[in-house]
This record gives sequence, structure tokens and C-alpha cells, in this order.
Amino acid sequence: MTKILVIAEHAADTVNPSTAKSISCAADIEDAEIHVAVFSDNGESVARQVAALGSVSRVLRIDNAANETLLAAVVAPQVVAIADGYTHIFGPSTTFGKDLMPRVAGLLGVNQVSDIMAVLGSHTFKRPIYAGNAVVTVEASAERTVVATVRTASYKAVSDGGNAEIDAISVEADLPTHTRFIELLAGSSDRPDLQTAAKVVSGGRALASSENFEIIYKLADALGAGVGASRAAVDAGYVPNEMQVGQTGKIIAPDLYIAIGISGAIQHLTGIKDAGTIVAINKDPDAPIFEVADIGLVGDLFSIVPEFQAAVGG
Amino acid sequence: MDKILVGLKRVVDYNVRVRVRSDGSGVNTDGVKMSINPFDEIALEEALRIKERGEAKEVIVVSIGTPDAQQQLRTGLAMGADRAILVESDTAVDPLTGARVFRALIEREDPGLVLLGKQAIDDDNNQTGQMLAAIWNRPQATFASKIEMTGDTARVTREVDVGLEVIEVDLPAVVTTDLRLNEPRYVKLPDIMKAKKKQLDQLSINDLGVEIATPIKSVGFEPPAERQKGVIVEDVAGLVSALKDRGLL
Ligand SMILES: Cc1cc2nc3c(=O)[nH]c(=O)nc-3n(C[C@H](O)[C@H](O)[C@H](O)COP(=O)(O)OP(=O)(O)OC[C@H]3O[C@@H](n4cnc5c(N)ncnc54)[C@H](O)[C@@H]3O)c2cc1C
Ligand SMILES: Nc1ncnc2c1ncn2[C@@H]1O[C@H](COP(=O)(O)O)[C@@H](O)[C@H]1O
Repeated sequence: MTKILVIAEHAADTVNPSTAKSISCAADIEDAEIHVAVFSDNGESVARQVAALGSVSRVLRIDNAANETLLAAVVAPQVVAIADGYTHIFGPSTTFGKDLMPRVAGLLGVNQVSDIMAVLGSHTFKRPIYAGNAVVTVEASAERTVVATVRTASYKAVSDGGNAEIDAISVEADLPTHTRFIELLAGSSDRPDLQTAAKVVSGGRALASSENFEIIYKLADALGAGVGASRAAVDAGYVPNEMQVGQTGKIIAPDLYIAIGISGAIQHLTGIKDAGTIVAINKDPDAPIFEVADIGLVGDLFSIVPEFQAAVGG
Repeated sequence: MDKILVGLKRVVDYNVRVRVRSDGSGVNTDGVKMSINPFDEIALEEALRIKERGEAKEVIVVSIGTPDAQQQLRTGLAMGADRAILVESDTAVDPLTGARVFRALIEREDPGLVLLGKQAIDDDNNQTGQMLAAIWNRPQATFASKIEMTGDTARVTREVDVGLEVIEVDLPAVVTTDLRLNEPRYVKLPDIMKAKKKQLDQLSINDLGVEIATPIKSVGFEPPAERQKGVIVEDVAGLVSALKDRGLL
């Protein structure tokens, strides 16, 4: 019998879309009974949101003051304390899941399946390696708990319409105090979230300054798009780190991705492989980005982008 | 703090575009350039800076792998590490076994800090540091973009999806590095000569009494799905109409 525990990601009172995507991956496993664990200091609202997701049969609500900020070292022993009876434990391949899940796997004494992009069977999965230059089919042992992270860009969120029961449970586990949350420095933005936006506009090194990046924001606003960047643009300080798209940034799958002044290094392309339509604007006709772009426009971004923005009515 | 342990994995250089063998049996790595995993180079650079600030006394680089990994360890010694340990293994080790090897070395060396990369760019697993912290029962600070040592604790800034998270960890601890932590130094020729005289110990996984974990088995390889070649439009009007055709505007 396949029983899967999905660890919910949430910020304060709102469930993160990565949770519904992880559930969607779990639901690809035949005859799986799916439970979702919500760790929080007060998980009432998040538990309700999760219970409304399709494919979920039970929500475990674990409230504890120590769960206010969800440190991996604090959450992992609680996951292990409720792991009994589950054949699989899934989390999203976001920084939250990447931090937590291997710690859970370590405590359980198993290797982890990182970044599931397809389910072939209850213990057989596909995952990317070498920055996405190869896809490997892996087989986890059927004798042990499968601990895995889900490559969220490979999955659509599971639909709503669920009505799972919610059980508030208390968990006996030794929680360490050796790791302490100090602060979160998060930029605030009214723009669509990069990881879930249907359209994303990204700028690269060619923007040459944070002032110039304004034209990217303006175009994005005209399109109702989220904004991303290459690593070079982040490293140069034009934009904050959370905007980085790619192997070591965010892996995204918008319907429309517009790369502006980005050369198309493999590490960047890894982050956009699943985009619906890729548009590239670059002055170098030989830039590698044109090899993957569905629509390419060769020219100077500083004249093209304002014209484009005007044309889409911004 | 006396010692910092740094992991240096030998991997295919990040500039190499690897290809899957036509029979799907694996990835072709014959004759390609091998390097230190970029995140590990950053880990070593950070360890050296901590030592240079007088906050640690010795930097020990560790690689688990075939004897070829001596090359990467020698490069690490040339960068400035004091000593190297090669834990020999004929086959690539899985992350849990790797974590157990580090755990066994911690028993011998008693470091105040273990610095690993956030992920090895060959298998892209992103597991070893977190697993080590789990089985060592110590703090982990993953995806570090800033590390400040403050005596018995470290304050680490972590790159997370929503921005930057600052946490404080008691030492000893495991920290895994992100790319923006620092810019690794270049190795100078005289240092390469000096590095030849530095100590490089060789051990086997057996010597350390480490139990090999059950691996996740790789049963087949394939190239990623190709994207269709697209169209080049002449101007903004062409771009707008191409997007309209696709229902995106
Ligand atoms: C381990 C590792 C991980 C990495 N992870 C990532 C990652 O997650 N994401 C990422 O993006 N990178 C990543 N990188 C870096 C990556 O290799 C590239 O260095 C980076 O993506 C380059 O950014 P860029 O395209 O903006 O800059 P460049 O490569 O410098 O490209 C700039 C482009 O702008 C064009 N251009 C210049 N001026 C104009 C103009 N006026 N109008 C139009 N076009 C113009 C140029 O023709 C050029 O193609 C990683 C690297 C390593 C080693
Ligand atoms: N064979 C190895 N030798 C040395 N360090 C390793 C090895 N495998 C993993 N590591 C360390 O663990 C980090 C994460 O690796 P991984 O979990 O495989 O992505 C790497 O960046 C290294 O610092």
C-alpha cells in the first residue's frame, strides 16, 4: 500500500503553490493515499487551504511555537517522528524543501531522490543531472522510505475541490536550539511571483545598471509579467538574488519567457527549459539563446524594449 | 576554532557540455576537462579567508573518489589549504555514504566548521551537507552567501527563494556555499610547487569503517527534450504579431 506524506511549504498564513505541485507529483503514483503535513506555530488557515486541494485525503496539522520560522534542523525530527507507515515523503524542490528533505533522509538513513521530473512507477522516477543536460531514470529501493523532492516546474498545481479531514496532532521529538532564526530580508513587490507567473521578463548583464533595469520592469508591468534576471545581472548588483533564474536560481515554467540581453549560458537555460514560448532579444545573432528561442529578435535592447512596451500598451 | 574541513569533489568542468551516450548507458565523460566542483572552490576560498582573519588555524581539504581526485586536492593545496585527505573509492559515492565519510573524518579531526558546496554540478543532488548535519546532530546553514564567525557561533546569510535569510548556528556546524559567497582566488605558479610538498593522506572507505548506503540506482540515461528551432522576426511589429498568433498577447 502506497502512503505518501507531502510536507507543505507556506509563508505565515498562505500555502505556497509548490505544495499543490508536489501533491500533483505524488498523485502520479498509482493508488497512492496522500497526506499533507503542515508545520506551523498556528497552522489553522494553511491546513484549511491544503485540505481544499484535490487528491489529499488527510491533513496533519502540527502546531508548535518552535515552528514559527521552519528551520530544517527543527522540522526534520518532527517529520521523522510521524514518518512511520509512509512509503514516501515528498517535499518541493524549492530552497525550503532542498534544505529540509535531505536532513529528513539523513535521519532516516536513506538517500534522497532529488528533483523528480516524472513518475514512472512507485519507485522509478526521472530526474535531471548535469544542469539538465541529461535526464536519468532512477530506481529507489522498495524496502525503504522514498524521500524525494519534486521539481515544481515539471508539475501543474493539483486542482482545488478537495475536502480532506484535518487532524491536529502533537509530536514528540527532541527539538534542537542550536540553530536560531535571526531575520528575513525579503524584497516586497506587487509584481506576479516569479515562480508562478504565466509571463516572465528577464534581463541580463547587457542592462548594465540597476537604473537601466527600469525598462525591464516597465515592460513587465505592461505585460502583467513577473521579473527575472541572469546570474550576471544579480552578481553585478542590478537586481536582488531572489530574481535569479537558472540552475542555481529559480527553475520556472511560464507560458511566456522573454530573455533580454541574456546570452543563454547552459546554467541559465536549465531554468527555463519548460517555458511554453521563449522570446530572445539580443544584439548578437550568434548568441546561444537563439538556439532555444521560439521567437528571436536581433537588435539593441535599449531601442527595442521601449518600443515593445509602447506596442503592448504600457 | 582549530580546524575547518572542506569538501572538494572532482567533477566535469562547468564549461563542458556533457552528452548522453547513444546507447543510454551513461554520460560521456571520456577525456573531458575535470575540475573542482565550483561550489567547493568557493567553500575552500571561504575557509582560507576565515583562517587568514585568524579565526581558524588549519584548513583540510577532503575528496572522496578515485586516485585522480589527487589533482583537485593538489589544486586545493596550491590555493592555500594546509593538508589534504583522499578517501579512495572506485565508484562514485552516493550522498549518504559521502556524508558518513565526512562524519567519520569529523571523529578524527574534530573540526569547528565543515564547509561543503550546496551541490555537486554532476549529479546535482544537493544533499550531502544536510545529511551530514543530520547524522552529526549539528546545525546546518545551507546556500550561504555570507558567513560571519562570532566565537562559538556563526551568523550565516542564506539565499532563499524569497530573499535572504539570516540564521545563527552554534559551532561546530555544517555550512554549504552558494555562488555569491566569494570569488575564489587564482592559483599562482610558486604555490603549485609548494603544494607538492604538502601532506596528502590516502585512506579507504574501509579504513574509516564507513557502511556504504543503499544507493538510488541509475537505470537509464537520455538527452533532455529538444526545443524546436524557432523563428527570427525582423522588428517589434513582427514580434508582437508572432506573440498574438500564439495567443500570448
Ligand atoms: C555553477 C554555476 C552556476 C550558474 N548558475 C547560473 C544561474 O542559475 N543562472 C544564470 O543566469 N547563470 C548562472 N551561471 C552563470 C552563467 O554561466 C553565465 O555566466 C550567465 O548566465 C551570463 O549572464 P548574461 O547572459 O546576463 O551575461 P552575458 O553572458 O555577458 O550575456 C550578455 C548578452 O547581452 C547581449 N547584449 C549586450 N548588449 C546588448 C544590447 N545593447 N542589446 C541587446 N543585447 C545585448 C550580448 O550579446 C550577450 O549575449 C552559473 C555559472 C556557474 C559556474
Ligand atoms: N565525492 C566527494 N568528495 C568530496 N566532497 C563531496 C563529494 N561528494 C559530495 N561532496 C560535498 O558535498 C557537496 C554536495 O554534494 P551533492 O550532495 O552530491 O550535491 C559538494 O559540493 C561537496 O562539497
